[in-house]
Amino acid sequence: MTESLLDIRGISKSFGALKASDDVSLDLKQGEIHALIGPNGAGKSTLIAQIAGSLRPDSGEVWLEGRNVTHHDTVARANAGLGRTFQISSLAMEDTVLQNAVLGALGARHRVPGVWRPVMRDSDLRATAIEALREVGLEEFAHFRTADLSHGQRRQLEVAVALTLRPHVFLMDEPMAGLGAEGSAILVEFLRNLKSRAPILLVEHDMDAVFQLADRISVLVYGRIIATGSPDEIRANREVREAYLGEEDEE
Amino acid sequence: MRRETLINTVLTLGLLAVPLAAWAMDEPYTITLATKVVILALAGVGLNLALGLGGLVSLGHAMFFGIGGYAAGILASHAQSYDPIMEWPFLIEGTQSMPVIWLLAIVVSALVALATGALSLRTSGVYFIMITLAFGQMFYYFTISWPAYGGEDGLSIYVRDRFPGLNTLDPMHFFGLCFALLMLGLFIVARISRSGFGLALNAARQNEARVRAVGIEPYRLRLIAFVISGAITGLAGALYADLNRFVSPVMFSWQTSGEIMIFVILGGVARLFGPVAGAALFIILEEVLGGVSDYWHIYLGALLLIVVLFARGGLIGLLAGRNGGGGHD
Repeated sequence: MTESLLDIRGISKSFGALKASDDVSLDLKQGEIHALIGPNGAGKSTLIAQIAGSLRPDSGEVWLEGRNVTHHDTVARANAGLGRTFQISSLAMEDTVLQNAVLGALGARHRVPGVWRPVMRDSDLRATAIEALREVGLEEFAHFRTADLSHGQRRQLEVAVALTLRPHVFLMDEPMAGLGAEGSAILVEFLRNLKSRAPILLVEHDMDAVFQLADRISVLVYGRIIATGSPDEIRANREVREAYLGEEDEE
Repeated sequence: MRRETLINTVLTLGLLAVPLAAWAMDEPYTITLATKVVILALAGVGLNLALGLGGLVSLGHAMFFGIGGYAAGILASHAQSYDPIMEWPFLIEGTQSMPVIWLLAIVVSALVALATGALSLRTSGVYFIMITLAFGQMFYYFTISWPAYGGEDGLSIYVRDRFPGLNTLDPMHFFGLCFALLMLGLFIVARISRSGFGLALNAARQNEARVRAVGIEPYRLRLIAFVISGAITGLAGALYADLNRFVSPVMFSWQTSGEIMIFVILGGVARLFGPVAGAALFIILEEVLGGVSDYWHIYLGALLLIVVLFARGGLIGLLAGRNGGGGHD
């Protein structure tokens, strides 16, 4: 069995009486896409926050590449190799597309950025940034103000910034959201190739995309993982169908 | 040439031309006014690094302005009275040498910025404003109640401090010195805002979560920015003391913090030359409107209101149009 790059071990988190995460365990192995699905209010966002480091679990542990990072904050986890994209595009909107990508490349250097040398003339950073933009198809928009991009392009930029970090693990929070059919199809192809570079924990609402892409799927309902398995196993699982996929699939 | 670069050049040349013309016409008061603009602009350049690039609304920058002023005042007063600052365990005497005074102003301002910033930057928004304000007021009341250096009455510098090779008593020489420091300050801030540090600091102002997610800690960036910002404003304070040959607790008052912020807002937040344009406009208004009415601050208030409501980029923004993104290429 290959070693897990990301390993969530029995995470629990309560807000008052609400159990947002209830003994959640899941892992991510080299080369795979592990999709996390669940209806609204299932606790996906809370779980992501705990994986990314912005929220501490009440109990349980998060391991990244064999290191316990439960008590590391967002910054430390990013430096430990976790590359995340946000559900709602989280970019420096006044800056250009290229500047956003350069920021990622700058962060990947793991040191406090220098105060003296002009950053946009740093050929290494530029090359990394432009390469990432090219991969997601934004190269020709490099000098656009980020605020002037379309919604879909911002989603692409989110992914590009994550690429510049050269992470060991991707954590993607609904990268397809609001992309439209064509955009989704392109991104599906892109992620399929990306997983060989680093495995992806994919939280996604788009069921078509999930069943096309995922090597494994975990289903989160009321803070609990009710099933983990291959797309076929999940499709066949009665409990999942009742709880989540709903009556529409019943013949 | 970009339009903003053109405006900056015109401002710089204008700032040089006014005192030169005044010198030719033998009007030393105008030279003094121009020097005041230059010094206040430098104080604003310091604040602009924190406020414009970092988004840190500091209402405590009078603290650094005052520290710079008192560094000059205290060192000069000991030099004037031939009374050493301390004799044991080693002798420290007062001095009237500007480079030494500036160094002290910069170092002490930076250290105070480090300590106050480390605490206040743990908060944000209105709490940050209130904490920086509180720190400034602490210094204000401390100097009022500290009799050793004049208390409420302040300290006089009988003869302006000296700079090697220049006659600082000549208004034109002193202007040139201040102008050179303003240019140096602008150059440093321009370099910083184009650096990786500047990019990350500016991004943290726009979206903190983004900066964290790429593995950079915004707190550290802001603290560094606050320290550099405080040091520049501190240097301006030392110059201001020498301009007036007088320092008093007023330099520490929150009105002073407010005025420095007004220069930045009037001229254009996050614009390199914003504080220069703002300070110039402020002094011109003070001279012109102040001559018309004692209540000229009412007109200043109205102008500020118009700028905040209709011209967010201030004077520079109005003339140069939209900012092309944090001063980067």
